[in-house]
Amino acid sequence: MNEVWIALYIFMLSAFTGFEVISRVPVILHTPLMSGTNFIHGIVLVGSMIVMMNAQTPFEVVVGAFGVFLGALNVVGGFAVTDRMLEMFKGRKK
Amino acid sequence: MNHIITGTYFLAVLLFIFGLKLLSSPTTARRGNLIAGVGMLFAILITFPLIYLQYNQDPLFTTKILVMVLMILLGSVIGWVSAKKVPLTDMPQMVALFNGMGGGAAGVIGYLEILRGHGEFSLKVLAALALIIGTISFSGSIGAFLKLQGWIGDRPITFPGQQILNAILLLAILILAFLTLRDISYLNLFTVLPLILGFLITLPIGGADMPVVISLFNAMTGLAVAFDGFAIQNYTLIVSGTIVGASGTLLTFLMAKAMNRSITNILFGAVGKIVGGEAKDRVMKEISVEDAAATLAYANKVIIVPGFGLAAAQAQHKIKELMDELESRGVEVKFAIHPVAGRMPGHMNVLLAEADIPYEKLYDLEEINEEFSTADVALIVGANDVVNPAAENDPNSPIYGMPILKAYNAKNVFVIKRGRGRGFAGIDNELFYLDKTFMLFGDARDVLSKLVQAIKRF
Repeated sequence: MNEVWIALYIFMLSAFTGFEVISRVPVILHTPLMSGTNFIHGIVLVGSMIVMMNAQTPFEVVVGAFGVFLGALNVVGGFAVTDRMLEMFKGRKK
Repeated sequence: MNHIITGTYFLAVLLFIFGLKLLSSPTTARRGNLIAGVGMLFAILITFPLIYLQYNQDPLFTTKILVMVLMILLGSVIGWVSAKKVPLTDMPQMVALFNGMGGGAAGVIGYLEILRGHGEFSLKVLAALALIIGTISFSGSIGAFLKLQGWIGDRPITFPGQQILNAILLLAILILAFLTLRDISYLNLFTVLPLILGFLITLPIGGADMPVVISLFNAMTGLAVAFDGFAIQNYTLIVSGTIVGASGTLLTFLMAKAMNRSITNILFGAVGKIVGGEAKDRVMKEISVEDAAATLAYANKVIIVPGFGLAAAQAQHKIKELMDELESRGVEVKFAIHPVAGRMPGHMNVLLAEADIPYEKLYDLEEINEEFSTADVALIVGANDVVNPAAENDPNSPIYGMPILKAYNAKNVFVIKRGRGRGFAGIDNELFYLDKTFMLFGDARDVLSKLVQAIKRF
């Protein structure tokens, strides 16, 4: 029971953090920021890896491996796309 | 060892939050992404000792690890190469595609947890939620990708009873979720329905609204990852997923606000379907490049309105040449950037920055709109809906109420346009038929380079 409450507290505080941390983003960064958050939820790869290890039957291993593949695409593709978008801003520091 | 693993995850989450913070300012954004990347690398690498400690008794351990590493490498190579190879203008659909992959991965975790999870009932409920949301995001994002890529046409697809069908599907999914948790044999049917629903949600969305919908799917994937985190009791997933879910939701609202639309209107309004009567007996007047060049060369002030056509033609360097040429003649040149010009907010800024056009010359809608009346020429390069006066004066227009750039106030309006077709939203544009409007048909890059050549002769 206690753990559920801790998890809920974490959920609440994380949601506030998510709102606050980007609340003053200029319009020009909307797209790169969307891409950046897209990269961050690539953390799902870690979950896929753990769940795949948990698999018991060959079918579950195959499904798990598919999840790992999708997660890796999310992480690497998400990072590379964001970096390409933001390359455009280099050397324009004021 | 356990403390090292948990501590590394903690550090990774900290780096995510810090990176996200840096991502919301132009000067630090790229560093922000790199910092989040370092966090991600830590999190992935530390997962190997974690699963070793937990699962090394498993007879299949080595096989699983080999398959896993192979899958990670395969996904990484495909992700990296495709992200690096696609043209800059196709970035929006790449975001959609990779988001869809994340949603799919989140769905897979939910699926396996329901199938195998030894957790309690409440954890399976959370796994079911992750499965629903992740899978909708998966198929919806792929639908968005296919539409933006033009493979299934970027016009909205509507049919009678569409909303009712979606509502019935959603209800069926919830009922099946309940059944599945009691009897596992419903699991596959339960998985297929959200796949269909995600696709159906995307069908009626017009191309212009797609960025907002992609952002929504992005937030949904974040939420699905958070629910997965609850289901497998992993705090890293809970925190990261929730942060993305929250910031993605806020971002979705900010994007919709920039277009003066509401989320419900975008999702259920089916904007972009071709409305209005048949083409009336009106003609767009053409102007020769030489005439246009003369007007530009002797103008005092020119406001350039870039749009998707500029991006599609990769004409950002040509527009810089034009700006230099005009400025060397003492013409004042400014760029008017509509919040949703191009296919994504910020699309134009990124593109113009690439061509070394200084930030100071880019003006927001509110900053520049008063100035059109003092401009001799408004030069519209491949933009359409963002200058369509119907948004102000035609209550029947699907874009009515969207703030537009008041290019019609300029003394002359020149429009560089690929053809006579309609814009992204599929509606006719009054501006093109005004007496003071002249069209330069052709690929934006060709027309601009001809203009630059012609101006040099004056």
